[in-house]
Amino acid sequence: MGLRIIKPGIADSIQDMGRYGFQQLGIPPGGVMDRIASTVANTLLGNKIDEPVLEMHFPAATILFETSMMIALTGADFGAEINGKEVLTNQAILVPAKSELRFTKHKKGSKVYLSVEEGFLTSQWLGSSSTSILLHKGGQEGRNLIKNDLLEFNNREDLEIDTLTHLPWRASMAEFYTDNLIAFMPGAEYPLLEKISQSGMVTNKFKISAHSNRMGYRLEGQALLLGNKKECLSSAVSFGTIQLLPNAQMIVLMADHQTTGGYPRIGHVASSSLPTLSQVSAGESIQFELITRDEAEVIYLQQQQNLQQLQNACNFRLQEYFKNE
Amino acid sequence: MVQTAAYQIYPIGDQGITLDYGGEMSETVNKKIFQLYKLLKNWQSDAVLDVIPAYHSISIIYDLVKIKKIAGEHSAYKYVETKLIVTEALLSNESSEFEGRKINIPVCYDLSLAPDLQELASLHQLKMEEIIEIHCSKIYRIYMIGFLPGFAYMGTVDDRIASPRKASPRINVPAGSVGIAGSQTGIYPFDSPGGWQLIGQTPLQFFDATKENPTLLEPGNQVCFHAISLEEFHHLKNKRS
Repeated sequence: MGLRIIKPGIADSIQDMGRYGFQQLGIPPGGVMDRIASTVANTLLGNKIDEPVLEMHFPAATILFETSMMIALTGADFGAEINGKEVLTNQAILVPAKSELRFTKHKKGSKVYLSVEEGFLTSQWLGSSSTSILLHKGGQEGRNLIKNDLLEFNNREDLEIDTLTHLPWRASMAEFYTDNLIAFMPGAEYPLLEKISQSGMVTNKFKISAHSNRMGYRLEGQALLLGNKKECLSSAVSFGTIQLLPNAQMIVLMADHQTTGGYPRIGHVASSSLPTLSQVSAGESIQFELITRDEAEVIYLQQQQNLQQLQNACNFRLQEYFKNE
Repeated sequence: MVQTAAYQIYPIGDQGITLDYGGEMSETVNKKIFQLYKLLKNWQSDAVLDVIPAYHSISIIYDLVKIKKIAGEHSAYKYVETKLIVTEALLSNESSEFEGRKINIPVCYDLSLAPDLQELASLHQLKMEEIIEIHCSKIYRIYMIGFLPGFAYMGTVDDRIASPRKASPRINVPAGSVGIAGSQTGIYPFDSPGGWQLIGQTPLQFFDATKENPTLLEPGNQVCFHAISLEEFHHLKNKRS
């Protein structure tokens, strides 16, 4: 038993926190784009934070729950409805069997995450359930979801749900996102940028190009110039590395990035800003803010601490809620 | 940024760090990278997510929260930076040659599988047989793996056959194609777009997701090529499937 895809969305895939330990072989880590949203999706249900979740873009899949289930939706707001009733993001939801989940409108954000209690039963590859489209491995047969896919999960036998219910607490997400303001730290080739490009990078806005995907976000805006053209032999890159392409525009490497690259690395998006960036849709603009490496560490650690507190609070409330049932 | 005579260390994000010797493609430097790779791989910690060797640099991707727990009052970056400096300092005392295993790769240089061989022959004013002989006459070092899973950048190609990339890349290079770009040689593990000059094809499978070690080649391996006939090529390829 599980949930069935009645109508697939544009790119729905199973992802977890990524496949690490194999980048020396050129295998990309992959994983969810917005790690805050996926973590909270799991946290709301008392799951381990790295359980696989369903990542969806708009238009997203229409889904039938074949059994009763506790779920959560986080990240983007796509106007979710269950059996025609509006349901809220960032809140655990008890869903009766034979319910249908639809997403009606692209309201805000770019990726919605669906978690189920105790996680999906998916095929792992090299220790991760993340879907690698490139290698056709992980998740649901290594591909995006298609019509009639059945995603199975560990169904809790004692869970009987008659009415659609939101559990009476909500994760506050505002503190985790920064309204399209993206913090970055200088990369190895940042000092080679002309001064006017360095300042232009933070005073101008940059548009997310339509040619953006899980591998990278291409940016459109002021041309950035290197004072001293430099050819680099390839070396490792990371989720968030900002490369300067030969056309003087930037690309930010995202979750499915290649493991190595040779373009000048002018910056790296701070880990704390990657969730915000992941939720920016093509056509929208972002504003960069330069921070130091030390600042990036402090902000990220604070963010992780807040997530930990949220996790403690959710676990406590879930225990109380189901004790009183 | 730490600056010494020998290398630079710099962040690649707030959960990554690179030690970089800089300079050109160099076997001596890449040997040091491979030694560092072996040593850092022994750093058993769930805080270390990846150790990624490249031509003249090595990078560590780490879990900031977990490093911070062991770093105490220091920043996580400083902690990993110190680890790199200390490990690098061990290298000068390492006299032994760490070297990877040697792998023999059959390549069919038949023109039907080598779309650029004729062109390279005229470019270098060599006979095609000479290009093949020169390509097969060296032991190549795997400098790094990247671009695609299992794609090994190997060197150093003899100056007589070193060749620039194609002016416009092919939309589809078949899996197993053996190419030359500059003084590097490499093998495409999958069908993919690519701009290397294609001089042959190997029947071996370089990426197999069903295996525990999905790639045939690893950093530090040494590779030599030997020529096979079209018949042998098809025989070996059929045996595979």
